[in-house]
Amino acid sequence: MTLSFKSLLLCSALVLAGTQAFAAGTLNRGNTGDPESLDPHKTSTVQEANILRDLFEGLVAHDANANIMPGAAESWTVSEDGKVYTFKLRADGKWSDGTPVTADDFVFSLRRVVSPETAAEYAYMLAPIVNAEAITAGEKKPEELGVKAIDATTLEVTLNAVTPYFLEMLTHQATYAVSKANVEKFGADFTKPGNLVSNGAFTLTSFVPNDKIVLTKNPLFHDAANVSLDAINYIPTEDRSAAIKRFEAGELDMNDDFPTEQLTDMKAKFGDQVKIGPYLGTYYYVFKTDKAPWDNVELRNAVSMAIDRDYLAEEVWQNTMLPGYSFVPPGIDGFTAQAPEWAALPQIDREDKAAEVLAKLGYGPDNPLKMEIRFNTSENHNNTAVAIQEQLKPLGIEVSLLNTDASTHYAYLEQHGDMDMARAGWIADYKDPENFLALCKTGAGNNYAVYSNAEYDALLAEAAGTADQAARFRLLEQAEAIGVARDQCVVPLMFYSFHSIVSDKVKGWEPNVMDIHPTRFMSKD
Amino acid sequence: MLRFVLKRFLTAIPTLFLIVTISFFLMRIAPGGPFAQEKPLNPVVKANLERLYQLDLPLWQQYLNYLKGLLRLDFGPSFTRPEFTVAELFSTGLPISIQLGATALALALVVGSALGVLAALRQNKPADYAVITLATAGSTIPNFVVAPVFQLVFALSLKWFPVGGWGDGAWVNKVGPILVLTLPQLAIVARLMRGSMIEAMRSHHIRTARAMGLSDWSIVVRHAMRGALMPILSYAGPAAAALLTGSIIVETVFGIPGIGRYFVDAALARDYTIVMGTVIVVAIFTILFNLIVDVLYAVVDPRVRYD
Repeated sequence: MTLSFKSLLLCSALVLAGTQAFAAGTLNRGNTGDPESLDPHKTSTVQEANILRDLFEGLVAHDANANIMPGAAESWTVSEDGKVYTFKLRADGKWSDGTPVTADDFVFSLRRVVSPETAAEYAYMLAPIVNAEAITAGEKKPEELGVKAIDATTLEVTLNAVTPYFLEMLTHQATYAVSKANVEKFGADFTKPGNLVSNGAFTLTSFVPNDKIVLTKNPLFHDAANVSLDAINYIPTEDRSAAIKRFEAGELDMNDDFPTEQLTDMKAKFGDQVKIGPYLGTYYYVFKTDKAPWDNVELRNAVSMAIDRDYLAEEVWQNTMLPGYSFVPPGIDGFTAQAPEWAALPQIDREDKAAEVLAKLGYGPDNPLKMEIRFNTSENHNNTAVAIQEQLKPLGIEVSLLNTDASTHYAYLEQHGDMDMARAGWIADYKDPENFLALCKTGAGNNYAVYSNAEYDALLAEAAGTADQAARFRLLEQAEAIGVARDQCVVPLMFYSFHSIVSDKVKGWEPNVMDIHPTRFMSKD
Repeated sequence: MLRFVLKRFLTAIPTLFLIVTISFFLMRIAPGGPFAQEKPLNPVVKANLERLYQLDLPLWQQYLNYLKGLLRLDFGPSFTRPEFTVAELFSTGLPISIQLGATALALALVVGSALGVLAALRQNKPADYAVITLATAGSTIPNFVVAPVFQLVFALSLKWFPVGGWGDGAWVNKVGPILVLTLPQLAIVARLMRGSMIEAMRSHHIRTARAMGLSDWSIVVRHAMRGALMPILSYAGPAAAALLTGSIIVETVFGIPGIGRYFVDAALARDYTIVMGTVIVVAIFTILFNLIVDVLYAVVDPRVRYD
């Protein structure tokens, strides 16, 4: 009896020791939601990107600071005219089933992304490649895509035009390769645990919807020697307050988000484990610029300058947003965002100026300017709109508010329904000003303002054909000065910031404007 | 009785059909669709997606296809989680919701009834006041308050339980969600039981039983409680249907992978097939539990006869 009791104790001690040793190598990473899919070609959200970045490796990858580094391709060359990219794949690149990662896998995958049958949401990430758009539209066959395998480890990609941000686009998960043999073997079920074969630092072990996704270190990854964690538990944390409590209890090592209204308390409690910094995204409003009175540039500017962005960022968003006057947020090296001249004035002078313009245009107590602001339901969006309503009231502008759920809101904007002003937001897909400025291009699907200016379009087109980065940025700056700073094709209000909470035990988490944090560079004490 | 049950099963079919039809068309009236989002899709891509999910067909044809699928027990793929069919999502989530909900229901019925009887027998005494206080608090404090308070007190301060997560079904992970689910139901059951028990104890047959010299225990359990159970039964039917199909708040706050969250999430994301799936599941549970309650009426109350 004594013996068995002792051995029982010993056993449990061993088990306990075992779990603890294992737990040290396991990162419990809170993710703001479950992925819609683990098929890289069918995903679009940030929470999916986090997981897929760990499972797969594209031609190029992001380092811990979100700078480009070689991925599945160890090197690449670009032709003189800037249109042909030749990627040299790693000789030791392997899928997690041991088969080599070949140029054929990439050809298969890139064709798969643009095929209409795949219906990939991010097919446009490959739009610069020859014939990509025609294939997605069903006008050409996938085989006509401008990619070919020269040999097993050499991939050639031909572009329509010089695309300086092409390598940045290749960091997006929609451009990752999937194993051709694996997809052909399992069909739509290839992403299931047990079936999924990947080439990243981790492999998929299990996936229970709304519970957790377990990834395990991939011993066949080319840089496996430098991957410190044994496993990652991706835990969906839709309830941000609960996520913070789970962090406090040690159940989570990090989370991508926190309730911003608790910022002060959290800073007191967690110190510099609370991470806040600029993030490449803009929170903005749009006027419907093709309709009176909003077709008047002067009026758009007057309303825009009367909005106190400092108040919005500091009071409404508790400093988790930064006041913004340009569409392109800070953080893109070499690009100077263009703000309107009035942005330099103190708020009180702006209000006087706005009042002058309104009076000149014939608005006043007898003829008040009326407008409706549409936004998608959310407490913070609501507070923002209410604050703006109050800020515009002294100028005699009568603002009414209309909120609808996100799906209704964006469907309405996309159909260019009748409206005065509406909220929108844009987070960069890749680190380039073009990704923002394209939203004001004539006819762009997400040009909610229905803004159209030939000069602006011409500058963007010229920039698209310019290989020299500095010269291209000057053209884009000119475009922003006209479309945004002068014409207010969008009314920028604030720049997003990332807000994460990361335990002191986690090393290798680096703040960056893309808020991209590959787990392969992290370790846990 | 058997004929009654059979008849009810048969009338359930047209009821379900009506519910499915109304929900199907109601949902499509809502603007937007599964592919309207903050970052709008390229129209070509959107058209491809709609073709893939056959959302480009005329609505009546989509409706017929959906009904055809239902006959084969095929609830379709989820639009927001294309790797899972609705059936797969429900087969992992529903057992978890049922497990938590059934435990909470059983606890609420047993403990709630016991407290109700206790309060009734000690009417206007401290025990009664204690039960009334608990019942009032339990039914008025919403679970989005109770759940975080439970996490703060029992998980963060006392460290008795984890804050959240399913922990592959470990019992410690279930305590919080079950208690939070139980509390409001327990409160209502206790109040109902107290009221009907007080009334029962005053009725003629109890007075007769006392006059005949029956023991207190026998009077309470065999005669008074039996009659007093009727309102509890009426309440338990719909409560069971609601509890077993999960709670969005409890499941989201505690990170439980049940189906409760689909009610709201799927509707907001216009995930049509999941919305239909939840409607059907809730409808079936409601019909089933109403039937069970009707059968139990006959068992408890000899005056109820269905034949």
